[in-house]
Amino acid sequence: MFLPHTEKERQEMLATIGVNSIEDLFAAIPEKYRFPDLNLPSALTEMEAQAAISDLASWNNNLTEMICFLGAGAYNHYVPAVVDTIIRRGEFLTAYTPYQPEVSQGTLQAIFDYQSLMTALTGMEVSNASHYDGATAVAEAVTMANAHFRGKRNRVILSPALHPHYRQTVRTYHANTGIQFVGDEPEVDLLAHPNHLANLLDDNTALVMVQYPDFFGRIYDYTNLAEKVHQAGALFAVSVNPIALGLLKAPGEFGADIVTGEGQPLGIPLSYGGPYLGIFTTRKEFVRKMAGRLVGETVDNRGQKAYVLTLTAREQHIRREKATSNICTNQGLMALAAAVYLSLVGKHGLRQLAELCYHKAHYAAQQIAALEGFSLWSHEPFFNEFVVKAPISPAVLNEKLLEYGIVGGYDLGQDYPSLQNHIMFAVTEMNTKEEIDYLVSTLAEVSHA
Amino acid sequence: MNIPSDLKYTKNDEWLRVEGNQGTVGITDYAQEQLSDIVFVEILVNEGDEVKQGDTCATVESVKAAADVYMPVSGKVIAINQSLPDKPETVNSDPYGDAWMVKIEINNPAEVDQLMDAAAYQAHLAEKE
Repeated sequence: MFLPHTEKERQEMLATIGVNSIEDLFAAIPEKYRFPDLNLPSALTEMEAQAAISDLASWNNNLTEMICFLGAGAYNHYVPAVVDTIIRRGEFLTAYTPYQPEVSQGTLQAIFDYQSLMTALTGMEVSNASHYDGATAVAEAVTMANAHFRGKRNRVILSPALHPHYRQTVRTYHANTGIQFVGDEPEVDLLAHPNHLANLLDDNTALVMVQYPDFFGRIYDYTNLAEKVHQAGALFAVSVNPIALGLLKAPGEFGADIVTGEGQPLGIPLSYGGPYLGIFTTRKEFVRKMAGRLVGETVDNRGQKAYVLTLTAREQHIRREKATSNICTNQGLMALAAAVYLSLVGKHGLRQLAELCYHKAHYAAQQIAALEGFSLWSHEPFFNEFVVKAPISPAVLNEKLLEYGIVGGYDLGQDYPSLQNHIMFAVTEMNTKEEIDYLVSTLAEVSHA
Repeated sequence: MNIPSDLKYTKNDEWLRVEGNQGTVGITDYAQEQLSDIVFVEILVNEGDEVKQGDTCATVESVKAAADVYMPVSGKVIAINQSLPDKPETVNSDPYGDAWMVKIEINNPAEVDQLMDAAAYQAHLAEKE
């Protein structure tokens, strides 16, 4: 351990504040809680620590060696090498928005480009410079709706097909804000069309939140629902998979007021769950209620293009407790990765990629549904993820698949009591036809007890 | 610094014009000068609302700060300045006229007496400087 102060310096500091020993500083804490014996192994040398940690790391399964059909919010897409090359440049790697931001024109330009790409992708007018992940972005959508109605509408309708973790996060954020969440009770019919959510609308409803494609991979046209939500005076928010938007109509075109999303599929590795990227876009009329940083383009006093932080007066460091959200932190580096990724694949590339995911997933679904004991749960259109009823417990199935080098699907019984024995597979461009066929033949082999 | 003598003032730099039992509320010349260019005004109360002294009735945002406007006295809102959010710069150019924010029916005249007159407000500002 490196301690910068010498014993002499410590004695001087203690004498200055008038105590005799470091222990005296803890006098207010009852003795029995002070300095407990920690049962720690003896210290290792650097070489020993390196070996011990490498040994632990070797226990992890690695997707360069495994075949992955797991999705449920995080997807195994190819990350081009240039993404890493650019985001590791020293000028970018310290990603926190600087406190004298205009000095860092490159950082601001990168954020501005990210915002522009996100608005184009989602069909909205403004984007902030990101949140932590898809879940926290949904929580911020609720916060924004609450601020928009100045706390006077307290009901939020959540689609049961919104990611279960997102719904948990929203409830955590809003445990004490007086908002009542409805629509995702355990007994609801998960096969019902989302238009049914309109039945829950009342004049106390602030927001209706759906997912697109939904958590189960299904694609619904939300046009009618959005209309009904607006008739009730409420806001309509959509959580998206950004890759799917390469193929699907942008939420801005069917009446979304807020679009959030998990940005991980855009050039960010799975990385054991993070750091990921929370996308948040909205319409211009709501911009003053949006949390987070916002970069604008302007000209300087010599007429040159320049980037500035704009509309900062609405932010927490100025508005204090009156700001919509107390979160100003963003995922700058991950936002940059998404911007690099999207500029690299381009509009047509993104469409091709989405089509690949779509077609491969449909091939896989067709093959698996033909297996004895397996059947598709829903017959709605879907993107790159689908739910099948399995003849044996998904937990057991996944354990067996692992032995064959396959990371299996998502066990839906964990979150949905009515979906025991249902498993959800995701397919991306990373899965070759051979891999899909291997999954299908392995499923056939291991699903007989 | 313009401090009209016919108005009442608060320590938070709001003004109140009393006409019979009606009161009109806005922010002072000093306030707009401190805030600099006003870019956004949001009135947070609606006609018919019962408001109490000290309630937030509007938000004013400039290029460098955001401030809340508080009710100088209690009462019932009888009008809000609907056109102000569309031309927030009026707060800079005409703080005591076109940039009025809320009109109320005053229901506790004793609260009016607690407010400062122009001379007291001027002295208050001098002390702050």
